[in-house]
Amino acid sequence: MRDLDPFIHFEAISKVFGTVTVVDALDFHVARGEFVSLLGPSGSGKTTLLMMLAGFEAPSGGRIHVDGRRVEHLPPYKREMGVVFQNYALFPHMTIAENVGFPLKMRGVARAEREAKVKRALDLVRLRHLADRRPSQLSGGQQQRIALSRALVYEPKVVLMDEPLSALDKQLREHMQLEIRALHRELGLTVIFVTHDQGEALTMSDRVAVLNRGKIEQFDTPSGLYDRPRTRFVAEFIGETNLLAGRVAQRQGEAATVVLASGGSVTCDRAGPFETDSEVMVSVRPEMLHLVPDAAAPNALPVTVEDHVYHGDHIRLHLAFGESRLVARAGRRDAAPPIGSTAFASFAPGDCALVAP
Amino acid sequence: MSARLKALLLVLPLIVFLGLFFLWPLWMMIATAVQGGTVRLAFPQTATAIASWDGAGPPPASLQAALVRDLRTDTPQERFGDAVRTLNSQQAGFRTLLPRTARAVREAGEADAFDLVALDPRWSEQGYWLALKRSMPAYTDANLLAAVDLKRNDEARIEPVEPDFAVNRAIMLRTFVIAGQVTLLCGAIGLPFAMLAASVTGWKRNALLIAVLLPLWTSLLVRTAAWLILLQDTGLINQTLRALGLIETPLSLIYNRTGVLIAMTHVLLPLMVLPIYASLIAIPRNLMPAAAALGAAPLQAFRYVLLPLAMPGLLSGSLLVFMVALGYYITPALTGGAGDQMISSVIAFYATGTANWGMAGALGLFLLVPTTVLYILYGRLSRTPLVQT
Ligand SMILES: Nc1ncnc2c1ncn2[C@@H]1O[C@H](COP(=O)(O)OP(=O)(O)OP(=O)(O)O)[C@@H](O)[C@H]1O
Ligand SMILES: [Mg+2]
Repeated sequence: MRDLDPFIHFEAISKVFGTVTVVDALDFHVARGEFVSLLGPSGSGKTTLLMMLAGFEAPSGGRIHVDGRRVEHLPPYKREMGVVFQNYALFPHMTIAENVGFPLKMRGVARAEREAKVKRALDLVRLRHLADRRPSQLSGGQQQRIALSRALVYEPKVVLMDEPLSALDKQLREHMQLEIRALHRELGLTVIFVTHDQGEALTMSDRVAVLNRGKIEQFDTPSGLYDRPRTRFVAEFIGETNLLAGRVAQRQGEAATVVLASGGSVTCDRAGPFETDSEVMVSVRPEMLHLVPDAAAPNALPVTVEDHVYHGDHIRLHLAFGESRLVARAGRRDAAPPIGSTAFASFAPGDCALVAP
Repeated sequence: MSARLKALLLVLPLIVFLGLFFLWPLWMMIATAVQGGTVRLAFPQTATAIASWDGAGPPPASLQAALVRDLRTDTPQERFGDAVRTLNSQQAGFRTLLPRTARAVREAGEADAFDLVALDPRWSEQGYWLALKRSMPAYTDANLLAAVDLKRNDEARIEPVEPDFAVNRAIMLRTFVIAGQVTLLCGAIGLPFAMLAASVTGWKRNALLIAVLLPLWTSLLVRTAAWLILLQDTGLINQTLRALGLIETPLSLIYNRTGVLIAMTHVLLPLMVLPIYASLIAIPRNLMPAAAALGAAPLQAFRYVLLPLAMPGLLSGSLLVFMVALGYYITPALTGGAGDQMISSVIAFYATGTANWGMAGALGLFLLVPTTVLYILYGRLSRTPLVQT
């Protein structure tokens, strides 16, 4: 359904600085009304990609379509996108109301209409009472909300945000995440949100594009990324995982049997594209790994318990499996085997994914 | 307590220096401008006697006698000369009358009843005595009035001086006009220049800043000579234009207002560029992209974001340039014509040419007051930054 309405369409888009390819021939769609995050480590090209969409960087190759129209040749002020910058970029010489009214003024909206729209935009972020203050008199969170309301006031088709919450403390950040989510739903916005915080990306987005060195590793829903990582990078970057090296011994339809380098073999329901005999990694999330007393359980690996680490809401068990180290996550009420004892670590064939090594 | 004392001792030399070489001369300048002292000092007894004469009837004999006594005492030549000059500026004729009378009085010996009128009939004229009386007060506004082409007439009412002598106002006005023109030129060149310097980085930025600072480090004569070479009728610019066939007769670019404006703008430009540059680089880097992203076309972004944020720099730069330009006189003297001289050259003329320190002080005062007001404004401006960091 989504791909039938490719509202924003990146087509083989590249950016080269000197000899360095920062964005490498990306192809992807964003649907109308979708909330998409660009997630990746520092330097992976997130900002560059966003700036090409906003018009501040010219692509070295490829095309960008918005709503069926090519936009690469348009200057930023003609692209009709709301942009929220990392450090808010409020104009210090204007009041809050003037800041929020700025996009309207630039579009020649008459004063009366402008004032009404500014009020509405300030109500959206519940800061109407600050209309006459200056940006320097506002807290970081308030400034952030003003920047948001300024980007929304002229009802742009697309809102772009480059790490808008990274300067806020944890509590405020979580609060603002919910607020932006709510605005997205209420106003039916199309949002492209850059972050390097995977938690933020998972909680806020409809889909997340994981970027690494200018390429998209995986573009998927949050649960798709977490439960079915397609590359080792995604498996490691999103959440925490155990990786077991091995070789595909046999394919049975979607499923595959993998002979592990540390001994034994496991079965995985989602084998992806890997053919028999290819080298792979089996990725298992710590919470999917259960300690059982006997080897009869599916995918049971003999392990030695090395340590218990208390984490408040859960306990992490550090396990030795041959040469490999595994981590399992146990509920605080689960009876964990004592340190030094042996047991079996087991996971369901549906709870693992195969990725390239 | 001892720490404060030490601190005080440390700044003491500075305070002494400022007091001695800045405040004291300033004070002396103001004082000489308003002191009616020269005549009073030279003729102390006359001063006492003339105070009781109402100026209406003929001068009483006691007054004449007092003057004779004063002329007989051995007044230092210089003081006597100052007094004669001052009196002569009130009433032409004193320059010959007084030395002549003094000589006669001394030759006549101690006989008290010296007949001034018999010596010179001018002593019977009321005007000379009135001029003497007017020159006697401890404080006088004569210099201040003269500085703005006014004087007191015989009835002590203020009236304009004869048009032939009324030059100060015109020169004062010209001074402000030239300073204003230079300020506008500096702004028109300085703002784009500062924007350019702030938008590039590395060696380009340094090169631009050094280029604009260079005139400050160049000797005045070298600078002016360079402009002569460039601007004179057979100079580089005129020859190039003629070689290109753009003009037939050379443009007159020097020894007129054009020359003055070019040379002054050149040397004052850094005072404009630096404050603007400082306010421009203080603008957070993402503001201009933000303006563009929010729909501001380049000119709108300039008008509504860049210019307001650069305004404090532009204003302080303008005030600085204007204040400094007010006091220029060597550059206009070297590159301007007779009609381009500024008030400082008149002050210099009075101070060094005719040793009329009173007039020099009074004119200086009229330059000091607006400058001080502008300076206070400048101080206010530079203390209230628009962009809080
Ligand atoms: N103007 C430029 N000239 C040269 N290299 C650049 C330029 N802008 C970005 N880069 C390089 O491109 C790469 C990607 O930069 P980008 O800012 O897109 O990363 P990012 O994913 O946003 O990282 P971060 O999370 O740190 O913001 C970096 O290696 C950066 O050094
Ligand atoms: Mg970035």
